[in-house]
Amino acid sequence: MTKSLYSADARTKRRNAAERRFKAYGAAAIGIAMVALVILLTSVVTQGIGAFRQTYITVDVPLPEAKLDKSGTRDMAVMSKVTTIGYAPLLRDGLVNAIAEAGIQTDLSEKEIGDLISKEAAATVRNRVLAHPDLIGQPERFSLLADGRIDGYFKGRVTMASAALDQNTSPEKLDLADKLRDAGIMQIKFNWAFLTAPDASDQRPEAAGLGVAILGSLYMMIVVLVLALPIGVAASIYLEEFAPKNRWTDVIEVNIANLAAVPSIVYGILGLAIFINFMQFNQSSPLVGGMVLALMTLPTIIISTRAALKAVPPSIRDAALGVGASKMQSVFHHVLPLAAPGILTGTIIGLAQALGETAPLLLIGMVAFVRDYPEAYSSATGLFGDPSTALPVQIYNWTQRADPAFVERAQGAIITLLVFLLIMNTVAIVLRRRFERRW
Amino acid sequence: MSFMKIATSALAITAATATVAAAQGRDNVQIAGSSTVLPYANIVAEAFGENFDFPTPVVESGGSSAGLKRFCEGVGENTVDIANASRPIKDSERETCTANGVTDIMEVRIGYDGIVFASQIDGPAFTAFTPADWYTALAAELPVDGAMVANPNGNWNEVNGDLPDADIMAFIPGTKHGTREVFEEKVILQGCEDSGAMEQILTINGGDEDAAEASCMAIRTDGMSVDIDGDYTETLARIDANPNGVGVFGLSFYENNTDKLKVATMGGVEPSTETIASGDYPVSRPLFFYVKKQHIGTIPGLKEYAEFFVSDDMAGPDGPLAEYGLVSDPELATTQSAVADETTM
Repeated sequence: MTKSLYSADARTKRRNAAERRFKAYGAAAIGIAMVALVILLTSVVTQGIGAFRQTYITVDVPLPEAKLDKSGTRDMAVMSKVTTIGYAPLLRDGLVNAIAEAGIQTDLSEKEIGDLISKEAAATVRNRVLAHPDLIGQPERFSLLADGRIDGYFKGRVTMASAALDQNTSPEKLDLADKLRDAGIMQIKFNWAFLTAPDASDQRPEAAGLGVAILGSLYMMIVVLVLALPIGVAASIYLEEFAPKNRWTDVIEVNIANLAAVPSIVYGILGLAIFINFMQFNQSSPLVGGMVLALMTLPTIIISTRAALKAVPPSIRDAALGVGASKMQSVFHHVLPLAAPGILTGTIIGLAQALGETAPLLLIGMVAFVRDYPEAYSSATGLFGDPSTALPVQIYNWTQRADPAFVERAQGAIITLLVFLLIMNTVAIVLRRRFERRW
Repeated sequence: MSFMKIATSALAITAATATVAAAQGRDNVQIAGSSTVLPYANIVAEAFGENFDFPTPVVESGGSSAGLKRFCEGVGENTVDIANASRPIKDSERETCTANGVTDIMEVRIGYDGIVFASQIDGPAFTAFTPADWYTALAAELPVDGAMVANPNGNWNEVNGDLPDADIMAFIPGTKHGTREVFEEKVILQGCEDSGAMEQILTINGGDEDAAEASCMAIRTDGMSVDIDGDYTETLARIDANPNGVGVFGLSFYENNTDKLKVATMGGVEPSTETIASGDYPVSRPLFFYVKKQHIGTIPGLKEYAEFFVSDDMAGPDGPLAEYGLVSDPELATTQSAVADETTM
């Protein structure tokens, strides 16, 4: 048999075939991962995108002095006696008037018409009136939230068939909602409140927002960054550049690698015992949450920082030492700046991990119903001491609520969290690409 | 700025954080406990924050036992002020409380909660159950001809000819839920007595009542009864996927999902706020919250919150809590005056 370079022999063919098969396996693996990702994203986005749109009712609400300010002197103490329960009938009157003006026929009673307005709306009106007492006396135009079921109808979550079975709404109400929308009294707008408003109770899914959760997560990330970055970097520099290589440093190294794999709930138990019970920090506060997450993030930062320091070639250190720099000068003037992109990448990935963490927060009281925006500093509660929640916690909370409208909110919150994670991970990759040096 | 300076200032900030935070206090009411009471507490907390000058209380869930455990940890700003519970506090818990200095506790009953049995709205016609049906379907062992045998029933119509021809698939609350105790006592144990099984068991074991009760309440573990350790949303998801499934829900949860679930009568009585208030519907229980009286005066708004919770505007028969599914307490006025007088247990 003659051998030719043009026709491959059997062995080469086998080797080429093996390579083609391997490539196919690889492509299939990526394909499966992509399909899983696409299914996950489609499910989240289709269910959650509705949370970013919201139905509002625009009506003139009568603000009679006889009801809202019995004294007639605009005395705050008297005016604040009128609770949201007292305001609710006024909103109903406003909507009933608007329906009559628009010439819409309906068989619903006034009380049923009132059900179209969210229970949150009374608080909206009350807050505005208390802030501007001069509004009392004449009707004022308000854009009020519509009830969650009505909102669900325009988003396709509630149908005429399901409404007939539903105790909280009825097909007649949906019918009226259709007419109100045609008359321009009801509109669907972009839901900024979803990103800014605080959580709401189970009776007002339409009013629930992520404001407190986003602030809480932000505060925690600041605490994590301020605590974990300096401590992590200092520990890594010492271990990598200064510490003698002996049994002790080996033990420390094994322990750090171990800590990185400890279930995160363990850090929650630790946080409860040390920060809350022993050091008496506030429960539910972003400070404690941040400290717990910082502990959890430390190993990640230390491991990636050490890897970044190790990647700087020894010739750089030798050159610096060779021209007379001290060990510390060589590290801080040469090695650390070159390792910075790697350190930053590791830190951002650690932060992203901390941002999505729920389990440790369960034990320190952050899985809670919080309506007041936490302040960064207040004299009563100290720095980051106000109670707050966090993004993943809010998702967890909403998935447990009875009203189906909270499913949409939870999925919307997942989208928001994913966007934040995407931004952080993109920044990490861009930093690495831009500043990475290869030797 | 050199790296050293950055590092030093960062460490300085850290140190400052620690010192500043050490002087922490709190001006909001802190609540923990039962996940059944949680939605009601949320509704009240929200309205309280809206209408009063106090901050909105922070409400955590986690279960009655977990809440009471934290409640009894001691007195001070880093302990909770109120524990929500779907059952009365136990003697052992009160002892823990006393040992930790929590001596003055106010017990506040807010109303009643019904436990209902519901299935998929398009599924088999589970419309009427009796406690005896549930006992015979779910017991681990049944007395047959003078001996205990493993439960042979696999289909609801083997249990009771009037029930639909469907495999037994029950989703009941897991053992960590307060609801499970009520379910065992008021449905399973009741059914055991109603069906006459109790007497037979007593004859078999020679009259040991405790053992007979335990044997009545032992639930089968062959997969036909599934413990749900999560909350009602998990039960609903299981029912959604299982046309034959029957689940145990709270009345308020069912009332928010009437388009997906159909409810069955228990012993011929339809569950509703009226039948539960009158006591005709057999499976219900009181809901409570416990206030640490020692915190009144220290924590602003604590007493006001407790009073607001039991006010007619909130817990009354026409209030938002009743609208959400709470069965209003006919003796609410007594509770109101007890809270106003800060009556302790």
